[in-house]
Amino acid sequence: MSILVDENTKVLVQGFTGREASFHAQQSIAYGTKVVGGVVPGKGGQTHLGLPVFNTVQQGVAATGANATVIFVPPAFAADAIMEAADAGVALVVCITEGIPALDMVKAWDFLKHRNTRLIGPNCPGIISPGKCKIGIMPGHIHKPGHVGVVSRSGTLTYEAVGQLTALGIGQSTCIGIGGDPIIGTNHIDAIRLFNSDPDTHAIVMIGEIGGTAEEEAAAYVKEHVRKPVVGFVAGQTAPPGRRMGHAGAIISGGSGKASDKMKAMQKAGIIVCQSPAEIGEKVREAIEKRGS
Amino acid sequence: MKIHEYQAKAILAKYGVPVPRGEVAGTVDEAVAAAKRIGGSVVVKGQIHAGGRGKGGGVKVARGAEEAEECARRILGMTLITHQTGPEGRVVRKILVEETLPIERELYLGIVLDRAAGLPVFMASAAGGMEIEEVARTSPESILKEHFHPSAGLLPFQARKLAYGIGIPAASANAAAAAMMALARAYVEVDASLAEINPFVLTADGKTIALDAKINLDDNALYRHKDLMELRDLHEEAPLEVEASMYGLNYIKLDGTVGCMVNGAGLAMATMDIIKYAGGSPANFLDVGGGASAEQIKNAFRILMSDASVKAVLINIFGGILRCDTLATGVVAAARELHVQVPIVIRMEGTNVEEGKRILAESGLALTVAEGMKDAAEKVVRLAQ
Repeated sequence: MSILVDENTKVLVQGFTGREASFHAQQSIAYGTKVVGGVVPGKGGQTHLGLPVFNTVQQGVAATGANATVIFVPPAFAADAIMEAADAGVALVVCITEGIPALDMVKAWDFLKHRNTRLIGPNCPGIISPGKCKIGIMPGHIHKPGHVGVVSRSGTLTYEAVGQLTALGIGQSTCIGIGGDPIIGTNHIDAIRLFNSDPDTHAIVMIGEIGGTAEEEAAAYVKEHVRKPVVGFVAGQTAPPGRRMGHAGAIISGGSGKASDKMKAMQKAGIIVCQSPAEIGEKVREAIEKRGS
Repeated sequence: MKIHEYQAKAILAKYGVPVPRGEVAGTVDEAVAAAKRIGGSVVVKGQIHAGGRGKGGGVKVARGAEEAEECARRILGMTLITHQTGPEGRVVRKILVEETLPIERELYLGIVLDRAAGLPVFMASAAGGMEIEEVARTSPESILKEHFHPSAGLLPFQARKLAYGIGIPAASANAAAAAMMALARAYVEVDASLAEINPFVLTADGKTIALDAKINLDDNALYRHKDLMELRDLHEEAPLEVEASMYGLNYIKLDGTVGCMVNGAGLAMATMDIIKYAGGSPANFLDVGGGASAEQIKNAFRILMSDASVKAVLINIFGGILRCDTLATGVVAAARELHVQVPIVIRMEGTNVEEGKRILAESGLALTVAEGMKDAAEKVVRLAQ
């Protein structure tokens, strides 16, 4: 099993005909994902990559039965694209777009509160259930089907962790990049809750970074509810305060958001915390072996 | 993006927040003329993007134009060092000359984005004039909070709750509430990530005025505020960081000796961390983005090499889709063209890794190929010593 996406997920690509969207849609199709079409206002009726293009998400959903969308539209229009997908009743919306104004996301977030749509991202690599479905920009070949759930605020650092797992022969149930923005649709707790109730996920990797308190909140949740082994890492132990480290959400401000505080909270919750990003795979292996014996 | 106090006050005034009468000056003469126009005692405030200016000697009160001249002479051009500037300090290029006020009470008003609530939160406290982080630590209960939706703004009853809650007398409460709603409107309309009035003062004659103001703007929203983009002060930013931003590179200078070039912000932070873990110290944060094109690698190299304290460079690229042969060709060309003298350690993952390694090995340059992050960090730290 896996969480959120599998072989039954049917995906529409919002901003389908753009360069990035086209490239990553092709990669997803090659991986075996059921991409059923795309949405580009004004290009409805055309065909792109051999698939139908629709003017609105609503039309696309009606014609294809899509239950997920992936968003590649430019930042100025991305929050609107999220709300359009939610309005069309799409169950899962994955927003790859980086650089959405924070107050636009406040509005989209509020809009989603009253609807049954799960948003992943924005500013994220997407979600993959290895061997079944890949929605996003992550390289498919580094993944391997298995039983470890991975949740991370980062893109390439997630690939790093997944690469370590796969190299050790440890497969993944689902990997979710939740995104590096201050306001995101799915946070660490949401992902951990889903992994915790998935019988096929036996261990969880949680990768955080400086900024905000989502890791502390997730740690409290793990302590209370999770009995599966959780291995964690927090990027930015050497980051200076007050500076935005690439991601809009990665900033230590007013004494909060420090890596050391997050690591402490995670340790206290019984999470196996890696001091070095190179030991994530190894720590997962140890945790699984310990559990098995 | 950060802006100066005088710029923040101009924005607030536009939205109806009362600010002291004042003028910005770039020369002593301008300051004297401003002091004369304002009349009476004035306060002369050095304008830099950092707090703690008063303690650093960057804010002085002058009784009249003559003293204002002396203050302006002292503050303009000075290197102001505060707890937020670092030991190198910042040169004061502009000063704000303002009327002095009969201060009765100092209060605090501020708006930030509450990530967990997904909404802006308006904070007010009776403990103004000190850092809000300090107040939050020592007496968190003294900070009142009201969340508001950007479309609705801070509602009148919320503003009244805050105004009365922080002890503003009834005679001044309506004006204070109006100022709060104006602050919230400004926050939303300029797409701020932080808007703060500290202190918000109550004067002896019952007025409420923004004595100091700070606004940070959301970089992601600047595209729809061309007028605000012009408020950027490049003097306040490190020259290398300015140059990097022009090439779409995300560079932050640190004080170590190992230069880093990484794709992706999270991996870039993790690379800094593992350098430290291996006993070294990172010279910078540098995210070259997902693609890492040959052109970008060249620009990244040039910026890295402008930092004389860099003794070795670690390139950590987890491409996946990126082709390692393309990356290797780019690295070799850039290192040759820029005559890079320091040792370079490269760790790369992606397609065509073997071909990439061959290109690096046959280049004749001081390039070391590493397997994995741990190996890369250990090698580069050794070479930097």
